[in-house]
Parts: sequence; structure tokens; C-alpha cells
Amino acid sequence: MSSSLISAKGKHPGESVVPFRRHEPGSQPDSFYPAYRATRLRAPSQPLIFLPHTLSEVTGPVFGHSDIHPNDEDLTAQHAGEPLGERIIVRGRVVDGDGHPVPNSLIEIWQANAAGRYAHAKDSHPAPLDPNFTGTGRTLTDADGFYSFVTIKPGAYPWRNHDNAWRPAHIHFSLFGPAFVTRLITQMYFPGDPLFAYDPILQSIPDERARQRLVSKFDLETTKPEWALGYRFDIVLRGRESTPFEK
Amino acid sequence: MDFTPTPSQTVGPYLHLGLTDARSIGRLAGDGAKGERVWLTFRVLDGEGVPVPDAMIEVWQADCEGIYAHYDGTGDNAAFRGFGRLATAEDGSCTFETIKPGRVPGPGGGVQAPHINVSILGRGILKRLSTRLYFAGESANAADLVLALVPENRRATLLARPDLTRSGYWLLDVHLRGEGETVFFDV
Repeated sequence: MSSSLISAKGKHPGESVVPFRRHEPGSQPDSFYPAYRATRLRAPSQPLIFLPHTLSEVTGPVFGHSDIHPNDEDLTAQHAGEPLGERIIVRGRVVDGDGHPVPNSLIEIWQANAAGRYAHAKDSHPAPLDPNFTGTGRTLTDADGFYSFVTIKPGAYPWRNHDNAWRPAHIHFSLFGPAFVTRLITQMYFPGDPLFAYDPILQSIPDERARQRLVSKFDLETTKPEWALGYRFDIVLRGRESTPFEK
Repeated sequence: MDFTPTPSQTVGPYLHLGLTDARSIGRLAGDGAKGERVWLTFRVLDGEGVPVPDAMIEVWQADCEGIYAHYDGTGDNAAFRGFGRLATAEDGSCTFETIKPGRVPGPGGGVQAPHINVSILGRGILKRLSTRLYFAGESANAADLVLALVPENRRATLLARPDLTRSGYWLLDVHLRGEGETVFFDV
């Protein structure tokens, strides 16, 4: 048993565990948020147990170009024809808590079509499916942390959480970053959506400034003339605590 | 500039579309992977003990020698990438085929007991729940410094038990809330 430990250390000499910073209060949603009905039976009732980071928490899976296929980042080019709806470009940069880019990192997205319907067997919203739109994409961030998707603007849709409940238009984002603890699954919203105030999923984040971090911004620079509007959505993953040498 | 991390949101009920329909990984260990092959069945249950049919489980683990494939996955055990993810079925369960992990370095120069790092995501889960799977009956558990953080009367919630009907199969129920609630970690 001890020999395997030695080989683990010997394989990557000098590897030390630099922990990741913890979240600031109010910057992440509460797990238990009764207005979002499903949390009532699915959020833990016991306090979480604080886990000092070990090698298990500061490492994470690595993905590469073999995990990506052509057209994965253009959701309008995955079928014979073009999907209906408003074509858009979503572009942004993934950085860590110190503002350093997170390169070569997998981003996966999924979304409803322009009518607010997911291409999913369990979505029973009576809005049309679009044979030219699946609504899934993936890409890797480039060396400077940038990513870009071409898609169509998703529609709002009803979800039965409460009377007359509608989700604001959103795109689901999944990111890994470098470690088990940098894993992030979130949703990107569109600026000025009147449904924000009525959406318990967004409102589960206590701090208004934190909620605003999920709202993309219209971006003329990303917008392509005569072709598509551009939205900018930057994402910040957790950064590491500084080491004594960095101070 | 403000570099406060982006808030989490629920993965929602249609996670399969983006994450598991075409992209699930239930088999972490390819044919050439070294080590003791095991099958881990998780079952996710809600606060009323009802199976959760629309959750997703992700696992991250070291190989049989206690090495995480977090560099480039091209080491001498490249058949093992250490990451898996599956959606739960109607009965709340999913099963990973993998290798029993070795021991990885722990705090204070020690080693940790064999464990799997686990994330639970799903509708009604606004931020990822983190837990660990340990193997019941493993002698190293007694000295594991992470298990020692857990009140003794709740440790069993992290211990997979062997399926006595099938060799190599292990079972772990994840209770999201209430009776027998699983220990979740603040990572």
C-alpha cells in the first residue's frame, strides 16, 4: 500500500494542494428555497460539513478536442435546414477568481427552441418542436479563455411551479474548470426580461449583484452585420487561495 | 474588476438533452484498465423516500494506484480517465462500472481511504451537492481524516455496502433530505 503512495507522489513531484477560495455569502443560491417548490424535498436539511481541500478536491477531469465534434458550437447547423427564431451569437470569456483565463475547458449548453419547447420527451408544453433544432452545444475555451456559440434565442415557457409560472428565456451552461470544486452548472439569461422578478430559480440567489452576473449583455462588438445579434456572457470560476510565494 | 464566481443554478429537468443523452459515461474503466473492477449503484431518494428519476450523478476518482488523471489522461493507465456521469433512471438509480480507487495523499502527509468524489445534480437542486462514497468494511476507513469530520452516527450514509447477490457490486443510497439524510460536504 505504501509503495503505491510513493509512486503517486513520484509521478508528479512537487505537487502540493493549494485550496480554492470559498464563496462569499449571498453570492450563490440557497439550497432550500421554498418558493422553488422542488427544493422542499430535495435540499438537505442538515448543515454541510466543511471539507478542507485535499488532492481529491483540487483535481478534475481533462477534456480535449476529441470530445468535440464539428458543428457542436453552431446549434443552427446541426440539421438539414435552419431552425426558426432569432439567430444569435453568445460569446464570452471564462476566467478564475483572479481574472486569469481558464483555457481548454469544456463548456456544454442546452436550451429550448424559439417557441419555448425543449427537444426532450418529458417536455409537454404545447408549443411546436422544430425539426431543425436540437438545442445542445459544446465547445472548449481557447487559450485566452474565450468561447462562442451560434444559436437561436430560446423562448420563455410555463413550468407549473406555481400559478401562472413562466421561466425567463435562458440557456443552460455546464463548465468543469480545472478541479472537482470548480464544476459549475448555471443558466444564462437575456437582458431586460420582465420575468426575472417572478422567477424563484433566479431569485434564489440572495444578492442582487450576484443575480445580475447571470444576465448576458447585448454586445454590438459580437453582433454580426446583416446576420445575428451578439450577447456577451462572461463566466467566473472559483480561484485558488494565494500561496505565500504570490503575496 | 469584480471576479466573484458566477452563481450556480439548477440543472433542471431536461439535463439529459445537454449532458447525458449523448454524453453519459457509465464505464470509467476501459478493457485495459488495471485494478479491481467494481460496479457502483447509486439510488437517489427525496425527503419522502421517493426515488428521484431526474437527477444526474457525476463521479471523480483516482485509479487503482491512487493517481488522478488530471493532467492529460495519457499516463501509463490511459484506459482510465476517472470521470463518469449518468442520469438516474425511473427508480432513482444508476450504475457505474469502474475500478476500486487506490489511496490518495491526504492532509498532513497521510493517505486517505479509498473513496469516490460524488456530485448530485437535478431539478430542485440549486447548487451541486458534494458527497463521497467509501467502501464499507475497508480497514483504512477508521483512520480517514475526512470521515473523521463526520459525526459518527452519520458516517454510514457515506458507506457503500456490498451487494451480497453479485460479486463486485456495491450499493449506496443517497438521501437528499430527512430520514437518513446523506452527509454533504461544503467543498
